[in-house]
Amino acid sequence: MAAKVDLRRFPGFLTVTILCLFVLYAPLIVVAVYSFNASSSITNWGGVSLTWYADVFTGPEAPKFQKAALNSLVIAVCAATAATVIATLAAVAMTRAGRFKGKTLGFALINLPLMVPEVVTAVASLVFFSAIGFTTGLMTILIAHIVFCIPFAYLPIAARMQSIPDMFEQAAMDLYATPREAFKLVLLPLMTPGILSGFLLAFIISLDDFLITNFVKGAGVETLPTAIFGSVKQGIKPNIMAISTLMLAVSVVFVSLSWLIGRTGQDKKQAR
Amino acid sequence: MAGGASSRIYEGAGLKLMLPSWLVIGIFLLAPVAMMAVYSFLTKEFRGGVIWEFSLAAYDQFFFDRGLFGDEAPTIEWTYIGIFWRSIWQAGLATLACLLIGFPTAWFIATRDPKTRSIWLFLVTIPYWVNLLIRTVSMKFLIRDTGPLNEFLLALGVIDEPLGLINTNFAVQLGLFYSYLPFMVLPIYAAVERYDFSLSEAAADLYSGTWTTLRLVILPVVKPGIVAGCILVFVPSLGAFLAPDLLGGAKTFMIGSLIEEQFKGSAGNWPFGAAASMILLTIVMCVLLVYARNQNKGETR
Repeated sequence: MAAKVDLRRFPGFLTVTILCLFVLYAPLIVVAVYSFNASSSITNWGGVSLTWYADVFTGPEAPKFQKAALNSLVIAVCAATAATVIATLAAVAMTRAGRFKGKTLGFALINLPLMVPEVVTAVASLVFFSAIGFTTGLMTILIAHIVFCIPFAYLPIAARMQSIPDMFEQAAMDLYATPREAFKLVLLPLMTPGILSGFLLAFIISLDDFLITNFVKGAGVETLPTAIFGSVKQGIKPNIMAISTLMLAVSVVFVSLSWLIGRTGQDKKQAR
Repeated sequence: MAGGASSRIYEGAGLKLMLPSWLVIGIFLLAPVAMMAVYSFLTKEFRGGVIWEFSLAAYDQFFFDRGLFGDEAPTIEWTYIGIFWRSIWQAGLATLACLLIGFPTAWFIATRDPKTRSIWLFLVTIPYWVNLLIRTVSMKFLIRDTGPLNEFLLALGVIDEPLGLINTNFAVQLGLFYSYLPFMVLPIYAAVERYDFSLSEAAADLYSGTWTTLRLVILPVVKPGIVAGCILVFVPSLGAFLAPDLLGGAKTFMIGSLIEEQFKGSAGNWPFGAAASMILLTIVMCVLLVYARNQNKGETR
């Protein structure tokens, strides 16, 4: 063999990785920095201040954004909860119920929202709601969100389920637990990390959505993304950067939380 | 994904447990798509909406040009085909850019030791969880003519006048690349993580150079991850709305904006929007079918 070389290393890959992270973070960091700009111009730097954060909460546009944020939050919590319950049941069926009719098709159906392009889902939902005479508003947004949140909630839950052997429930049943008790007292606690990360994922995905919401929201109802979009269309203002930075912070906290929960689940698995 | 342990507790309850998900997705996604297909064959109502009368006008408008008054001999209408073609082209270039940056990144991360690996992975995934609209707006803020990027380069003296990136095809590609890069990194990472390095050792023992090993040994082995990544980037890029709308101008019109416009206000044309959506859906389903068939072939082999 020739001189010992590290087969895992390729020259330049580290540089590309750094470049990749730079591209991913540069716009976010720049906006976060400029949100602390004292100047009302978005181009000139006028010193550090919290003016625009104060503006977000007390300024002239504050009521609009607060209402939108509340709508977003309510929809995200409801949609994520519903999607998580539905996805948990489906995950139990897919991993525990053995073979049954329509299983493969069912799996495809659960993943369908991931495969249909977002703009097509948006058009289809709008057309459907208008055809059946459903008034667009908060309810239509909620329904549409539940649909596309299901696969995102399903993935971590099913992944978690697959790593839980069913001997625990069998043992519980051998000790005369009813199926209900076996589920509630044995399987559910084991599934919890998966369910939590499924919920968080669905929650973020719901908060993130712009396109589908924009189609089915109806007049006058806004969520945070549609309100921001409407505002950005008239030019980027400093208060938008402050809102963006706040949302950025919320996302980072949620992802970190989801990551930590996932890790505790893993550690437990390894300890077993 | 299917399979896993079968337990006597849930034996036979499969259908019952699946029912909620099937109902919700069936009623609120499958039925709407079917309804959209129906709408694409209806007559347009001028204030938005439809008249329930069968018509092929939407598809006719998409593919054929019959002159201003609709009485000339039909010729192929290139406007909409051109928009679709440009979207495919833009999405393709964005996918290529993601691959060129994403592969080395995924490889680099997957070859770290397990502890640092998860930190790198975490760093790459965080931006994905930040609101897509906010990321796109941030990109617009950064690259606009009087934005920080141009100011910085002007101050350094690298350029004499602003780059003029905004409202170009390049800006749209950059936006798409930025939106979906993690989708490329994650599947390739998963494939590289499973890669058996004794293959590289064998290649090295046979005097293969580093890059030859990459080309002839590594790439074929991790190809499924690469293909999955390309699909995960290409499909959402094709129907993207925010990046072309915010970063592109009138010249960079893509499918997403074309469809959105048909449902906005009174100027819209619902059947035409539904028809364009059907055509987009057909293209995406074809891509996914080809992918699924190739994957099955790979598995049986």
